[in-house]
Amino acid sequence: MTLLYTEVEEELRASVRDLLADRCRPDAVLKRVESGVPYDMDLWKTLSREIGVAGLLVPEEYGGAGASAREVAVVLEELGRAVAPVPFLTSAVLATKALIQAGEEELIQELASGETTAALAVSMAASPYRPLPETVTVTDGRVLNGEIRAVAGADVADVLLVPVGTTLYVVRAENVRVDVVPSLDLTRPIATVTFSDAPGDAIGAFDVRSVLNFGAGLLASEQLGVAEWCLSTTLSYIKERHQFARPVGSFQAIKHRMADLWLDVVRARAAARNAADLLAADSEPAASRDAEAVGNRELAAAVAKAWCSEVAVHVAEESVQLHGGIGMTWEHPLHLYLKRAKSTEIALGSPGAHRDALAVLADLPGPA
Amino acid sequence: MALDEKAIQERVAAFLAGHDPAGDRLEFLRARFDAGLAWVHFPEGLGGLGAPRELQNVVERELVDTPQLTPGVQAIGLGMAAPTILTFGTDEQRKRFLRPLWTGEEIWCQLFSEPGAGSDLATLGTRAVRDGDEWVVDGQKVWTSGAHHSRWAILVARTDADVPKHRGLTYFVCDMHAPGVEVRPLRQITGEAEFNEVFLTGVRLGDDLRLGEIGDGWRVAQTTLMNERVAIGGAPVRRGGGMVGLVAENWRARPELRTHDLHQRLLRLWVEAEVTRLAGTRLREQLSAGQPGPEGSGMKLSFATLNQALSGLDLEMRGEEGLGYDDWSFRRSDSVDFFGRGTGYRYLRAKGNSIEGGTSEILRNIVAERVLGLPSEPRVDKDVPWKDLPR
Repeated sequence: MTLLYTEVEEELRASVRDLLADRCRPDAVLKRVESGVPYDMDLWKTLSREIGVAGLLVPEEYGGAGASAREVAVVLEELGRAVAPVPFLTSAVLATKALIQAGEEELIQELASGETTAALAVSMAASPYRPLPETVTVTDGRVLNGEIRAVAGADVADVLLVPVGTTLYVVRAENVRVDVVPSLDLTRPIATVTFSDAPGDAIGAFDVRSVLNFGAGLLASEQLGVAEWCLSTTLSYIKERHQFARPVGSFQAIKHRMADLWLDVVRARAAARNAADLLAADSEPAASRDAEAVGNRELAAAVAKAWCSEVAVHVAEESVQLHGGIGMTWEHPLHLYLKRAKSTEIALGSPGAHRDALAVLADLPGPA
Repeated sequence: MALDEKAIQERVAAFLAGHDPAGDRLEFLRARFDAGLAWVHFPEGLGGLGAPRELQNVVERELVDTPQLTPGVQAIGLGMAAPTILTFGTDEQRKRFLRPLWTGEEIWCQLFSEPGAGSDLATLGTRAVRDGDEWVVDGQKVWTSGAHHSRWAILVARTDADVPKHRGLTYFVCDMHAPGVEVRPLRQITGEAEFNEVFLTGVRLGDDLRLGEIGDGWRVAQTTLMNERVAIGGAPVRRGGGMVGLVAENWRARPELRTHDLHQRLLRLWVEAEVTRLAGTRLREQLSAGQPGPEGSGMKLSFATLNQALSGLDLEMRGEEGLGYDDWSFRRSDSVDFFGRGTGYRYLRAKGNSIEGGTSEILRNIVAERVLGLPSEPRVDKDVPWKDLPR
């Protein structure tokens, strides 16, 4: 294991970053958001076709790259750094992980190519450590009724993967209603998904804890990317912005805050890398499935999500403050990052939910 | 040919075949040094094999059941003096000092801080005046851990008062047994005297005890300080070890002390301890080939904050017991120990963590300026000869 980035990972990062530098600059993202169609599906197709990001987690025999959580994490860092409006987390991470877990073998091949996009129909606010609310019912084993709120990526999904109890159902998007609601996160809006006698097929088992813990541990890397962009953008700004005939970044009151933020980000990087490294073993065969390995993996993901959530929010908030007036304006893209940071703090288990899980995972029991 | 893990294991096995760990401790350690198994990244002949730094872990693992160093009392020698001597020492100095430093036959202390020069170390006033082949040193040093059992010290003194403060310093090895060296214990808030004041009066040091060029003392001292910060903040710990381990152990053993508020705070600190540990592990991976950079300052900063918060929580958690204290009697401590003794002691000792080895404020400046590239505050002292500075 290593907490550093391998050469292969750095190459993957470089190709994603180059493409995003070309096609997904923050001002372009802001324009797209204003157009009412935040997702850039052309960019998503390019990312999938040219770099193969959609199939990173998919085993090679199903047309994927057979890569691991480590590579996925690097892509998430870059997508976070660009607040890129593409359904990578929702389709290539959460939905793909659910399909792998369910043992599905066909749809996953379509996902791997990026031709088909899926979304896991759970609330983004769902916690890995609580049962999902039972708002959808199944009759005759194949007719779904009910609604699920706050689903991310549903508006660009061709298929929805719907957990009902411990079973995962596949429902085609044309058979459900997807209503995008005004969302705090402008670059990954949420939607209400309504099922009215929607036909669905049971495809296998679903375990909320393992899928969402996996997603949360990797979301930490996206949060790292968000925090890194905020930190470096703010750093450039305070070196250039002059007040009192000096760069504002020369004042100790500012420098000390920046040093603390940097230290938070350094630790976020270590935590996110550690989670990605341990989660990578999750796609390996049975050897790594003993209780201790699972516990170590869940703990690493919980630590990373608890820490990186708060760091991303804190760095984004400090960035707004350190930008002064311009940081409060719509025209500066900083707010896209603040909104993403705050939304992902809530997503897939709040920091508090992950810390509570540590009471068991790290053997720190609460009062009787 | 580069050494790998297997080659190191073979060397250790060959060494153990010729040296009985159950025999004389000192003989064993000396032989280990001579076999290049002291610090494998040091050059051959100086306790090392010129191997990658991370292979030291292999040696430590293989030799875990053999006589060990006493890291508390040897900390300054191992963590600060040794890398400085290696980098700036002459061949004679390296040969003379490194072996007994490593085996612990000779203990080292650090004569840097002065009553008038703490954070602004470069303004220090201890003078070293050239007299033939010797230097005559006069001044007062403070916060000198372990001076009372040290054979040698690393010393920074002013050799030129007519140039700006950073340029007039020279770095020496000070003979702590030389006439004119007087060590007085300095009582701390813990009640004991881990530190000392050291008075230097007409102390004569041969020019062969100078480390680095005349006037280059500030640069030499930077090497020491970078290593010090890594030594304080970067020590490897296992998951859940160190200060958080002490608190967690008590937490598990004493359910009657638990409250919801303490639980939330403990979980939060446990996460912080874990991410700090991981960052240290990651930093060591980065360093395994090179020298510690300013990033080490960040680790020391987080270590200080965390230790203070954890030891404070530990004391608060104990309620009535926390009102007591194990022992206020004035005594000299044998070694620097952040984790020893009672909860009250640990709480008080941790207050020093954000002061020693660079205050947290200075470390934030270092991170801001050298890592983030932010401009320094306007300086009034940079181009003024030291003797003309207001004091």
